Amino acid sequence: MLETATNKPPVDPQIEEEKSTPLFSEVWKSFRKNKLALIGALIVIFLILLAFTASFFAPEGINEQKLSMRLQPPSADHWFGTDDFGRDILSRVMYGARISLRVGFIAVMGSIIIGTLLGILAGYYGKVVDMIISRIFDILLAFPSILLAIAIVAILGPSLRNALIAIAIVNVPNFGRLIRSKVLSLKEEEYVVAAKSIGMKDSRILFHHILPNSLAPIIVQGTLSIATAILEAAALGFLGMGAQAPEPEWGRMLSDSREYIQDAPWTVIFPGVAIMLTVLGFNLLGDGLRDALDPRMKH
Amino acid sequence: MGESLLKVNDLKKHFPIEGGVLGRTLGHVKAVDGVSFAIEKGETLGLVGESGCGKSTTGRMLLRLIEPSAGRIVFAGKDMTKLAKSELRELRKDIQMIFQDPFASLNPRHTVGRIIEEPMIVHKLGGKKERKKRVRELLEVVGLSSYHAKRYPHQFSGGQRQRIGIARALAVKPKLIVADEPVSALDVSVQSQVLNLLQDLQEQFGLTFLFIAHDLSVVRHFSDRVGVMYLGRIVELGASKELYEDPKHPYTQALLSAVPVPDPNYQNEKIILSGDVPSPSNPPSGCTFHNRCPMAMDHCKTKVPELKELEDGRLTACHLY
Repeated sequence: MLETATNKPPVDPQIEEEKSTPLFSEVWKSFRKNKLALIGALIVIFLILLAFTASFFAPEGINEQKLSMRLQPPSADHWFGTDDFGRDILSRVMYGARISLRVGFIAVMGSIIIGTLLGILAGYYGKVVDMIISRIFDILLAFPSILLAIAIVAILGPSLRNALIAIAIVNVPNFGRLIRSKVLSLKEEEYVVAAKSIGMKDSRILFHHILPNSLAPIIVQGTLSIATAILEAAALGFLGMGAQAPEPEWGRMLSDSREYIQDAPWTVIFPGVAIMLTVLGFNLLGDGLRDALDPRMKH
Repeated sequence: MGESLLKVNDLKKHFPIEGGVLGRTLGHVKAVDGVSFAIEKGETLGLVGESGCGKSTTGRMLLRLIEPSAGRIVFAGKDMTKLAKSELRELRKDIQMIFQDPFASLNPRHTVGRIIEEPMIVHKLGGKKERKKRVRELLEVVGLSSYHAKRYPHQFSGGQRQRIGIARALAVKPKLIVADEPVSALDVSVQSQVLNLLQDLQEQFGLTFLFIAHDLSVVRHFSDRVGVMYLGRIVELGASKELYEDPKHPYTQALLSAVPVPDPNYQNEKIILSGDVPSPSNPPSGCTFHNRCPMAMDHCKTKVPELKELEDGRLTACHLY
């Protein structure tokens, strides 16, 4: 049916040889060069492994109390020492990784899903929709996040699950605004106009053209937000608004042992170090991802 | 001549200028202000004018990518301005667009095959196998190779990308193609290749083109008829050959005298227009060209000239005729 047009352009030999490279490999190439980002990635991988294998490797159960062994300093038997109930702190910190990571991932996932949805609606449809959604974001952002989280937990009742919900809600406007601005700029891109001119439905334009092209900032912001979410969960735990005793949540452990900070500092140091390392790991990873993904966004 | 495929009647686009604390409308930018023309089946209508004269806005209104403020667009007997969203999507199958910037008009995350296939998916044409087959055919038609389908746009040069854009436009077998400065972003050497391709395709598939450009020689080479736009209006419209050889409207005369001639000994009188193009938010009264026109008369300042037929198919909006 169709005939070949006669004027074939000369094909550039270099283009000819080059294999199609998925974006992923280019990102990995520049990520690999960033030492700090690799350290961050290692910390995060280590924490994830720790969380999954805590039940195999933890030397003792989390709630195994040995009252004769209360507040023992670190030793060969108890590497991180014991707390005021004689529980092995190493084991509790290992299980704590499970809780913190779960809170971080699930809360951020929730924020991403809700934030992306709202951000897309606001950015793509504009006008009244944008007005309403953007004002909701403004209201949420007007409160310091931890205060807002405390208020939400106060309404829902203190528990780890409710702390998770509160953290998710608090982080929604961050993602919402990010996506909204990304959609606003992508909407004017010619390939989106082209998609419209082809006769595509809005939903297809949004999910095939706009969303995939706004993925990079979501990934970066998501990774950085996990760190914040874990920190917020620990803060809520410390204030008694999150995980409840005897759950081995790091913030909760800090709060439970703070009376012994003078006599048995290890009860506070190790959960604290765990929080710090986790936050550091996710921040380094997030920064590295941003640097690796950004140059691609430029063209 | 055959029947008109597209009829545009008194098409207008006024963009509101909002300002102040309350976002009041302070005025309007009259980007397109009463444009009328018709395109016959199988012909190419060129639309030329300086930047900002509303030619791209006109092109985009034909697909309703920009909603017209007023006027009628009748395509194949249907009034496009009155269509519901779903009917409009259906009709967009018959009108496709080729964009100016081949670097921006292709989604960087999709393979070439997917880009060309997508219009067929959207309009539910053929099964998966047929679509893939047609993608390969289309790539060959526009002068690329079928194995290019697996690549990404950034692996191609500007001219090749524009060919991909053309293949995408052809995928749904459109009746009308709106080409919005399809070669102005390309190197001169590549321009002619792409223009020749478009001409070949027109012969092969009997396509109708609205060809928007600011390059007069490109338009002359490509169009059967040419419309000259100034400040949102068509000032002259006629068969390409006649219009280039004997321009009637003073603006067209000035525009054509500015085309460089590749002959060092050639002497012509360039008509240099004084001043800049006035702002479309506050166009001059009467004939919008009167303040720059070397032949302006008194009543040009007050009376808007109608676009009238001088001879067969030759229209101009000027009080001189």
